[in-house]
Amino acid sequence: MSATAHAHLVDHADDHGHHHKETFVTKYIFSQDHKMISKQYLITGLIMGTIGIAMSLMFRMQLAWPGESFPLFETLLGDWAPDGVMDADMYLALVTIHGTIMVFFVLTAGLSGTFSNLLIPLQIGARDMASGFLNMLSYWLFFLSSVIMVLSLFVEAGPANAGWTIYPPLSALPMAQSGSGMGMTLWLVSMAIFIASSLLGSLNYIVTVINLRTKGMSMTRLPLTIWAFLVTAIIGVVSFPVLLSAALLLIMDRSFGTSFFLSDIFIQGEVLHYQGGSPVLFEHLFWFLGHPEVYIVILPAMGIVSEVMANNARKPIFGYRAMIASIIAIAFLSTIVWGHHMFVSGMNPFLGSVFTFTTLLIAIPSAVKSFNWITTLWKGNLQLNPAMLFSIGLVSTFITGGLTGIILGDSTLDINVHDTYFVVAHFHLVMGISALYGLFAGVYHWFPKMFEGKMMNKNLGYIHFWITAVCAYGVFFPMHFVGMAGVPRRYYENTAFPMFDELTDVQVLMTVFALVAGLAQLVFLFNFIHSMFYGKKGPQNPWKSNTLEWTAPQEHMHGNWPGAIPHVYRWAYDYSKTDERGDYIIPGQDFVPQNVPMKEDEEELHH
Amino acid sequence: MTTLLILAVLVLVAIAIWQMTKIFELSQIKAVDSQIANDRDNKYNGYLMMVFLVFIYAITIFSFWKYGKVLLPEAASAHGGEYDYLMLVSFVIIFIVQTITQLLLHYFGFKYKGEKGKKALYYADNDRLEFIWTIIPVIVLAGLILWGLYSWTNIMDINDEDDPLIVELYAQQFNWTARYAGGDNVLGGANVRMIDIDKANILGIDESDSYAKDDIIVKELHLPVGRKVNFEMRSQDVLHSAYMPHFRAQMNCVPGMTTQFSFTPTITTADMRNNPDVIDKVERTNAIRAERAAAGKENSDPWEFDYILLCNKICGKSHYNMQMKIIVEEEEEYNKWLAEQQTFAQTMASVQ
Repeated sequence: MSATAHAHLVDHADDHGHHHKETFVTKYIFSQDHKMISKQYLITGLIMGTIGIAMSLMFRMQLAWPGESFPLFETLLGDWAPDGVMDADMYLALVTIHGTIMVFFVLTAGLSGTFSNLLIPLQIGARDMASGFLNMLSYWLFFLSSVIMVLSLFVEAGPANAGWTIYPPLSALPMAQSGSGMGMTLWLVSMAIFIASSLLGSLNYIVTVINLRTKGMSMTRLPLTIWAFLVTAIIGVVSFPVLLSAALLLIMDRSFGTSFFLSDIFIQGEVLHYQGGSPVLFEHLFWFLGHPEVYIVILPAMGIVSEVMANNARKPIFGYRAMIASIIAIAFLSTIVWGHHMFVSGMNPFLGSVFTFTTLLIAIPSAVKSFNWITTLWKGNLQLNPAMLFSIGLVSTFITGGLTGIILGDSTLDINVHDTYFVVAHFHLVMGISALYGLFAGVYHWFPKMFEGKMMNKNLGYIHFWITAVCAYGVFFPMHFVGMAGVPRRYYENTAFPMFDELTDVQVLMTVFALVAGLAQLVFLFNFIHSMFYGKKGPQNPWKSNTLEWTAPQEHMHGNWPGAIPHVYRWAYDYSKTDERGDYIIPGQDFVPQNVPMKEDEEELHH
Repeated sequence: MTTLLILAVLVLVAIAIWQMTKIFELSQIKAVDSQIANDRDNKYNGYLMMVFLVFIYAITIFSFWKYGKVLLPEAASAHGGEYDYLMLVSFVIIFIVQTITQLLLHYFGFKYKGEKGKKALYYADNDRLEFIWTIIPVIVLAGLILWGLYSWTNIMDINDEDDPLIVELYAQQFNWTARYAGGDNVLGGANVRMIDIDKANILGIDESDSYAKDDIIVKELHLPVGRKVNFEMRSQDVLHSAYMPHFRAQMNCVPGMTTQFSFTPTITTADMRNNPDVIDKVERTNAIRAERAAAGKENSDPWEFDYILLCNKICGKSHYNMQMKIIVEEEEEYNKWLAEQQTFAQTMASVQ
């Protein structure tokens, strides 16, 4: 199969250049070219990210200055902020949609969608994705789901506001909460379409990686980015359908009177007919996706960081096989730990024990990855480009956030910090900030590949990184203390409990850091847009990288390489490799691209 | 205090921006028109790595110094002591690992900052090293897992030994109700389908059930110190979570099923009010409230410490204000209080 596909593509390459008259529509809108689709994903993701982050800034202001009137709220929220004071339902809506947008639309589609599309064909040496059409369809379904999610913000009764986890019965009963009417319907429709999009994308990535690798590109020569994207796509295929089933059953409970998740409900003076369902079932279905989802978010970021870090350290990634093994181990374990979100949900405590065990096991491959990254830096020749800084930043936040997972994954310790700000601090550092750093690292590193050789301004990149890095810790480090003081998450304000009075100071501190961090992202947006149009062209291989994408010409072309596809003769990490005399393999050059054949007396120094 | 904090943050940010612009200017002097890091970039960002490491340590120390005192006071339940100890040990491990790994990461970032012509070490793998840092987490985690599971099994083993007090916690948007099982210590049967608002049977208790007659329904939770309490949680509408942070206790309330949690309160409210940490906290809080009172703002009455039951699962618009006071008292006081409450049978009789 692989061979035939390959042969076909080679033929295809020869007659390339004198067909495919592209119109504006086929080139920029309904494009089937993976490079264009990746840009579409990135830009849609960045727009959604801007909305998501803006929402978080608004509810952080409400938390720091509860009940205060802000003209900004009145402008942006309209009737939901009478006299500029945020409504409690709107607070929950902002929290809900912020979570949904950031997890799914930015860090799943924006991160994995962008870089899987851009890098899979270019790094494995393929002309394009296995199915350009499905790829296009995947993007446009994502676009449609984004549009529906944004439209739901304008529903009269308000958008979904049951939390991003949309636990029924709250999300099922419009009597329980205003957002559980049309707003929740649109949320579910949007997510159902999103899942379809994600599945089409994932299947395409898997098939492409397995079938369309160029000659010589064995699985153990793949850059770690591709390994991460492949495994991410597999977990997506395994777990997203379960979320779809949860969403469908919820739609039936909401609209057709079934009782999958509902039972024994008395609300607003009447007993509802639902009988025999269980909200705990929904929690199981939701987290069966929900937990793998956080790895769907972080694995691509880890892949990007492994690649960027080795490249900028001018060293091979330390423990390449261990890195692959830990990606696979994390992926496998990620599908059997979902119950750690449910220790106090009322499920059988024995199950809690099992999930504690599997959850803490995940710390092992995570620790291996972290140590391997640190060792990759050791005795390197670190080129501290913005992408490299974000990569180091990821390791830092991943460790800080990951360590508190030891507490949350322990069913005993979870009892008192469950659903408090401790959890919020934990997952924002370990998967939110870390995955965003991965996204930024990827954008800074592969911007020249996306925009035909143009480069982003490095000094603005440095400003962006350092402010973001300081503020991320400034927001989320003190937040652990708020959680350990017992403050529950998703509280509109904490004024109803005198015991939380003295925590207002902390809230103010976090909000100020958050606002500054928000401003720093404007620096990034400016840099991104400006460089897109006016960026200076750099060399073809600006980061002196080994991977195949830099052997393709800067100008985008259908089929990626003008002539034959390059063959691969070595792994992707021959940085600073020397022969016995201590000279570089290629004189005067500290890297050996994958398409350079092994020298006569050259040995493979890794295993 | 708040203004001081804001000022401190603004100063830090200003310093950060000033440093940034300095780097920016410095890198402009050479005016190399390349967006690829050069030695100068590597040098300055390498130094900033060390500054950032100091920042991480500083914010850690600052948070402990400044916010260490806002944490919950000592646990007021029998299992809480062990909970706190396990938490402490976990934190010690976490901080050791955090301090070392962040040091290595950022120090390497500084130490090995790139220079033109420098040669990196080709170092692709080392089985022994990788084995070591696989096996160390395995051992440490095995210890934590075993200890955690042992505690978990003990905490979640809800049984009838030691004559526990049976109490139902009933959740609805947006308030809590407690039901004591009365003299027979058995709760009467109940279901939302038996709720009769006109007769004030708000918990849907089965009026024909003889066990229900002596049940006592209250809006304030009183617990005798030293006696085990078995809680039976119910919800009538959406998910709620009964969170009693001072007792290290939490369990969701799920419509359609009964969930359970059990603990033994060990410190009375009166004793807890005399705990030095709590006295300090109350003082600090009342200072804030006095300030508010002086400014003519709401929410400014002086506060007296009480245990509290919070809702900790998003349940709708007033989720943030769904609470019930918990009072732990001596057995005699508790019995006296209980005797003053109406039983379910009495309430029903008075309605008819």
